[in-house]
Amino acid sequence: MYKCIITRLTQGIFVLLIVSFVCFAIFQYFGDPVLTLAGRYATQEQQQQVRVKMGLDKPFYVQYAIFLKNALHGDFGLSYVSQTPVISLIFERLPASIELSISAMFIALILGIGLGVIVSLNPRNYINRLIMTGSLLGISLPTFLIGILLIMIFSVKLGFLPTFGRGNVIKLIGNWRTGFLTFNGFKHLILPAFTLGIYQLAVLLRLTRGGMLEVLREDYIRTAWAKGLPANIVIFKHALRNALIPVITMAGLQFGELIAFSIVTESIFQWPGAGNLLLTAVYETDHPVIVAYVMITSVLILCVNLFVDILYRFINPKIRYE
Amino acid sequence: MIKIFKSKIFKRYITDLPAVTGSLILIIVLTAAVFAPLIAPQNPYDMKGLYLENSLLPPIWMEGGEVPFILGTDDQGRDILSTILYGCRTSFTVGFSVIVLAGLIGVTIGLLAGFYRGLLDTITMRLADAIFSFSTTLIAMLFLGVLKKHGITTIILAIIITDWIRYARTMRGSVLGVKEEDYISAARAIGANDFQIMFKHILINAIPPILIIAAVDFGAAVMLEATLSFLGVGVPVNEPSLGMMISTGKNYIYAGKWWLVVFPGAALVLIVFGINLVADWLREEINPKIRKRKVE
Repeated sequence: MYKCIITRLTQGIFVLLIVSFVCFAIFQYFGDPVLTLAGRYATQEQQQQVRVKMGLDKPFYVQYAIFLKNALHGDFGLSYVSQTPVISLIFERLPASIELSISAMFIALILGIGLGVIVSLNPRNYINRLIMTGSLLGISLPTFLIGILLIMIFSVKLGFLPTFGRGNVIKLIGNWRTGFLTFNGFKHLILPAFTLGIYQLAVLLRLTRGGMLEVLREDYIRTAWAKGLPANIVIFKHALRNALIPVITMAGLQFGELIAFSIVTESIFQWPGAGNLLLTAVYETDHPVIVAYVMITSVLILCVNLFVDILYRFINPKIRYE
Repeated sequence: MIKIFKSKIFKRYITDLPAVTGSLILIIVLTAAVFAPLIAPQNPYDMKGLYLENSLLPPIWMEGGEVPFILGTDDQGRDILSTILYGCRTSFTVGFSVIVLAGLIGVTIGLLAGFYRGLLDTITMRLADAIFSFSTTLIAMLFLGVLKKHGITTIILAIIITDWIRYARTMRGSVLGVKEEDYISAARAIGANDFQIMFKHILINAIPPILIIAAVDFGAAVMLEATLSFLGVGVPVNEPSLGMMISTGKNYIYAGKWWLVVFPGAALVLIVFGINLVADWLREEINPKIRKRKVE
C-alpha cells in the first residue's frame, strides 16, 4: 500500500517535471511578450529594457532553472499584463472554480449513480429506456451548447435564473469567498453547475448502469436475494459497492475533463474563476499566468488521481490484499 | 456484396432501430456537407455576396423572413443554412483526419509496444496514464492557446498529439491478449516473421475494438473542434465552423435571435448523436457478453 503510494508520488513528480519543461519550452518559442508589453511601436531600446526587466535575455536553461526554483517557492513571477504576482491572481480566482467544480461533480455523482441504479433494476421499462437515450444525448451535447441552451431557456425565456457572475459572496476564511451561503449566490451557481455537470452525469449514469447489470447477474446476488435480505441491502450494499469500482476510477479520470470544461463554462457565464483568467491570459499572451495555471492544475490533477487510487484500493479488497 | 446482406451481422444491424437511425443521420449530413457548394443557396464566405441589409433575418416561416434564407441569416448577412453546410465540412474533415491519423499512429505504436514490450511499452503506458489524467481537451486547448496559429490543420494536430494514445492502449491490450494463442505459434512454426505475424495475424483480430474507439473518437473530435472554435482558439474567423457560429450567436440570444444558436447547435448534435448511436450498436455487437444477454 505505502509502496504503491510512493511509486505513484515519484511518477507524479516526474510528470510534473515534464509538464513544467514542456510549458516552459513552448513558451520560449511561441508568442512574443516583449511586443505585447512594450507596445507595437516601441523602439529597439525600449524592447531591450523590457527584456532585461523580465529576465528574458538570459539563456534558456538558466531561465528554466530559475523558474523551477521559484515555482517550488510558489513564485511564478508577475503577470505581464497586470504586473501583480501571478500566484495571488490565481489563488484569488481558485475558490470560485473549486466551488463550481464541486457542485457540478456533486450533481453528476448523485444523479448519475442514482439514475444508473434505477435504470439497471428495470432495463426494459420504457421510461428507463428513455433515460438511456437521454444520456446518449447528454454525451453528444458539447458543454458550451448546453450552457447556451440553458441560458436561453431559464434566463431569456423564463427569466428566473441569473447568468452572469457569482452574485453575492461572503468571506469565509482568508481569501475564500463563498457563494454557497447566500441565496443569491446559490441561484447564480445553478446554471453553471448543471452546464458543467450534465456531461459527467451522462457518463457516470451509463457506467453505473453497465456495472450494475453485470453485477446483478452474479451468483452472490442471487444468494443474497434467496437469503431474504431486504432489497435496499442487496442493491446498495452487495451490488452497488462492486458496480461502483469502475465508476470511481472514471470519475477520477474525468477530473482533467472537468477542468477543461470548467474553462468553457466559466467563459459562458462570466464566472470569475481560474478558467476565465486562463482564457484572458491566452488572448493576451500572458505567459506567467498560463504557466502557473498549468502547473497548479497539474498538481491538483495528480493529487486527485492519487486520492482516487487510494480510494480504489480501499473499496476493492481484491487489490488491497494483493 | 450479396454475402454481406445475407450475413447475420447485417441482419442484426438492419433490425436495430437506433443504429439505422444513426447511420441515416450521418449519411444525410455527410452528403449535404460534401455537396455543400452545389446545394447551398449562398457561398457564405464570398464577401461579395454578403449584404448587411440582409443581416439577422429570422427563419423563413417567421415574420420578416426572406427567400432564399430558409433558416435566417447571421449578423454579417450570411445564410445560416449555407454556413451550417460549410461548417459541417469542417467538422467531418476534422473528424475523419483525426481518426485516420491518430488511428494509424496509435495502432502501429500499440502493436509494436504489445509485441516487443520493453522500453517502448513502458513509455507508452506511462504516457497514457499522464495523458488520460490531463485529458485531450485540456491539452488541445492549451496547445492551441499557446500556438496562436489558427486553422484546421493545427486543430487536427492539437487533437492527435494526445489522441493516438487511445488507439495505442487498446491495440496493446489486444496484442497481449492474443500473443500467446496457438495460432500465433502455428504461424511462427510455418516460418512467418515478426512483421507478418503482427500485421497479418494479430492486427486482423484486434480491429473490432479499434473500430469502437474510432467511432467514439470521431464524435469526440467533432465536439472538440467546435469547442475550440467556440473559445476562439480554433478555426480563423473567415472559415466556417459550427462552434464559431454558436459563439457569434451567443451575443444575440438576449435579443431573441435564437436561430443563430439553435440551428448550428442542432447540426452539431445530430452529427455527434448519429455517430454515438452507431458506436453504441458496435459496442454491443462486438462485446459478445452483452449480446448474449440480449438474446436471452
